[in-house]
Amino acid sequence: MVERGTARVKRGLAEMLKGGVIMDVTTAAEAKIAEEAGACAVMALERVPSDIRRDGGVARMADPNKVAEIMAEVTIPVMAKCRIGHFAEAQVLQALGVDFIDESEVLTPADESYHVDKWNFTVPFVCGATNLGEALRRIGEGAAMIRSKGEAGTGNVVEAVRHLRTITDEIRRLSVLPSEQLMARAKELGAPFELVTEVAETGRLPVVLFCAGGISTPADASLVLQLGAQGVFVGSGIFKSQNPARMARAVVEATTYFNDPDVLAKVSTGLGEPMRGTEVKDLAVDQLLATRGW
Amino acid sequence: MVGVKTGVLALQGDFAEHLELLASCGYSAEAVRSVEDLQAVDSLIIPGGESTTMLKLIDRYDMRDFLVKRISAGMPVLGTCAGAILLADRVSDGETSLGVLSIVVERNAYGRQAQSFEADIDVPDLDCTIKGVFIRAPVIVDAAGATVVATWAGSPVLVRSGNLVACTFHPELAGEERVHRWFVEQVCGGEG
Repeated sequence: MVERGTARVKRGLAEMLKGGVIMDVTTAAEAKIAEEAGACAVMALERVPSDIRRDGGVARMADPNKVAEIMAEVTIPVMAKCRIGHFAEAQVLQALGVDFIDESEVLTPADESYHVDKWNFTVPFVCGATNLGEALRRIGEGAAMIRSKGEAGTGNVVEAVRHLRTITDEIRRLSVLPSEQLMARAKELGAPFELVTEVAETGRLPVVLFCAGGISTPADASLVLQLGAQGVFVGSGIFKSQNPARMARAVVEATTYFNDPDVLAKVSTGLGEPMRGTEVKDLAVDQLLATRGW
Repeated sequence: MVGVKTGVLALQGDFAEHLELLASCGYSAEAVRSVEDLQAVDSLIIPGGESTTMLKLIDRYDMRDFLVKRISAGMPVLGTCAGAILLADRVSDGETSLGVLSIVVERNAYGRQAQSFEADIDVPDLDCTIKGVFIRAPVIVDAAGATVVATWAGSPVLVRSGNLVACTFHPELAGEERVHRWFVEQVCGGEG
């Protein structure tokens, strides 16, 4: 008997991406640069997050033509983003044959109440989270991978660190709670009880945890891996830097050798300017992407 | 096997799952990220992940020549999925693998992720049926230079040639210990 789209098969692809860098790309040429640099997957999108911020308007799923061009260009897995709750965009992306769908706060949300029921799909989903409760709600809906949200398009790692630390701290606290406290904790977290007990027992999420939203240098990648991320998403940080091919390669090497400061020093040297970056405190509340979704 | 230290190539992919599985079997295991690490192990597992990424890192960190030299000198290697691609003599899309095991593989041959699957695999030599998890898996299109240990749907999925084993599925994702036990105790232990 052959089974497709099982939780094990969906979560399994995320396992294969670990220790790797998933790069945002907007053209087939950028996808090729990412693959050559050693990216373990690419995220096909219309505009990188910093341009979405600058341009405003409604940010939607990428043009299917663009997704198809990128899929034809590289052999590594191709991901694409749909709007939060926009299950029709997700159906389109699945029909196109993408390997992973990111239900992403970087695009304009389509539904303010409900996320996509991800169990309905054969293709795996990754979702953003700012804390453990949010991560477990998404896993409860069928997400096969979680990324801490950070604040996309800022080139500022501070929010990525905040969200990653929040998730890992909450996991650690859960693992020392006596069993009679788990139901109350599940209520506080707003998370499914079965997932709360599973995390309390294993001391980790049942799916792979990556870090996203503001990583723009090799040292940023090393920082979040040392803080417990199993890999990184880099958006604007690559193709908004002065020398994307070199930056991409350096971030890949920093992700593999995140614990080796000598390698980090070497790969961080002579990269040119990283992306300009934004102070998150200067952003108006309605400009924050991480607060989208619940 | 007591005394055999198994390395797991830890450049990218699910190397942690292999290290955990080896530890749960009671075997000594180490992550391998450099030539120095490679010198300290007796055998090697090349895990699943992205073969393109792993090959680039192998070349940038000057591991290729030493790896090939150790393998030619008899170091046992188990390659799963991307690892099987790395071992292959030839990859049909022209990727420059290590070229140490006389098989030909086609990458992502079942299709993209939507076609990834799990299925029960009969392994007569190990006298068991095991759960095979295939993630964007390669197909061994020519195994004339190796012994086929298991097949699925007419294609070899587990093959051996001397000290080298290629497996196109992921025993480590199903908590399946028997392939690893066979590799460490019989292949590394020198049994036929």
